[in-house]
Amino acid sequence: MAFDKAEAKSALTTPIFDNNPIALQVLGICSALAVTSKMDKALVMSIALTTVVAFSNLIISLIRNHIPSSIRIIVQMTIIASLVIVVDQVLKAYAYEVAKELSVFVGLIITNCIVMGRAEAYAMKNGPVMSFFDGIGNGLGYSALLLAVGFVRELFGSGTLFGYTILETVKDGGWYQANGLLVLPPSAFFVIGLLIWALRTWKRDQVEAA
Amino acid sequence: MSAETKKNDSFVKTLVVAVALCLVCSLLVSGAAVALKDEQRANKAADVQKSILLAAGLVKEGEQADFDTIFSENVETRVIDIASGEFVEGIDVASFDQRKMANDPKNNVVLSKDEDIASIKRRAKQAKVYLVKENGQLTSVVLPVKGYGLFSTLYGFIALKADTQTVAGIKFYEHGETAGLGAEITNPAWTSTWEDKQVLNDRYQPVLKLVKTGANSNTEVDALSGATMTSRGVENLISYWLGEHGFGPFLARIRNEQSRGGNHGV
Repeated sequence: MAFDKAEAKSALTTPIFDNNPIALQVLGICSALAVTSKMDKALVMSIALTTVVAFSNLIISLIRNHIPSSIRIIVQMTIIASLVIVVDQVLKAYAYEVAKELSVFVGLIITNCIVMGRAEAYAMKNGPVMSFFDGIGNGLGYSALLLAVGFVRELFGSGTLFGYTILETVKDGGWYQANGLLVLPPSAFFVIGLLIWALRTWKRDQVEAA
Repeated sequence: MSAETKKNDSFVKTLVVAVALCLVCSLLVSGAAVALKDEQRANKAADVQKSILLAAGLVKEGEQADFDTIFSENVETRVIDIASGEFVEGIDVASFDQRKMANDPKNNVVLSKDEDIASIKRRAKQAKVYLVKENGQLTSVVLPVKGYGLFSTLYGFIALKADTQTVAGIKFYEHGETAGLGAEITNPAWTSTWEDKQVLNDRYQPVLKLVKTGANSNTEVDALSGATMTSRGVENLISYWLGEHGFGPFLARIRNEQSRGGNHGV
């Protein structure tokens, strides 16, 4: 398959707004609730997931013509699980503090529906280069939403961004009364819901038929 | 079904793909684990060191500082014999591994059911303790503690002030409890409520309790809601390690040295 620049670009950008894995397909919600209380956690999780989905797509696509269909799900899971362990080991070696906070959620990338979904829906049918781009694109879509939610939650929940004080909270002698709800995971439901609403108001074709 | 997919689904091919995949993946995973081992070990050691500083109150949660320097300037690491409370001389404190020792039949003590309130089954004969000093004067002593919670062994440090009765701080650095419930033992908002609590009574027996009804005395700390077993585990490990079978003899020795104005055999 020849490399098509336009196609690659669309594989990269479509999942960000037009076909966002969280906002449109509503996949990967669990981790989106758990890791978005702080921007740095959300960023590391985004990078970890993007790496895993890109490389799992690449590897699965490379061997897609040799995967027996009877064990294809197990083959995909094994590849994804191995990549997740490698990513987890790297984080523990080079970003220990964040890795400790993310704890189980990096391991749970294995069960993240976005990764499995892209392997089964795209990488099994397309060439390795396009699959890799599709993986990066979907990772970026996940990242965009995670960072948006993390931005709202950290700024209004703790008055900081990436740990730097933006709004001086009352607790630290400032003026801003922090919204405690936003620090707790359930608040991500509201933020994600509002984001989906905003996105579907902007892009009408994403509205599901009632 | 095309000829190719049929060939893929043959028994032999399925087996070959499965075995080859497992081999490649296991090489990848073990390769990563081995290659990154040194960095991970260094990170873990640094984390333990930071936990000691946090327990002793030498640094604050979230503070960025040169932990190595603060540690070497303020903290003196010693190895003690737990049963006698005496310092063990001529031992390399850097390579001393208490956890390894606890599992070594030559160097551990198997605890009887009555003794074993922290549910740890056996403990090392020796322990690494940390003396925090200011101008040569002992300000607090940091002790390693461990005990079973709900799912896992909790590892942490408790710092006692020089009177050995008052808590200076507590910090857990390793556990496998439920996130949001038992894992709240690492929450700084909770651990800060331990400061200045009285943990030993006038006869130097452990008296600190974790209570569900709200702490209203100096020997009570709020238990964690939704984490009854973890809270009980914390209470038990404090009772064990600060009691007569734990660091009791060592703490008595510290008090003796204090009253004689000595400087702990340094």
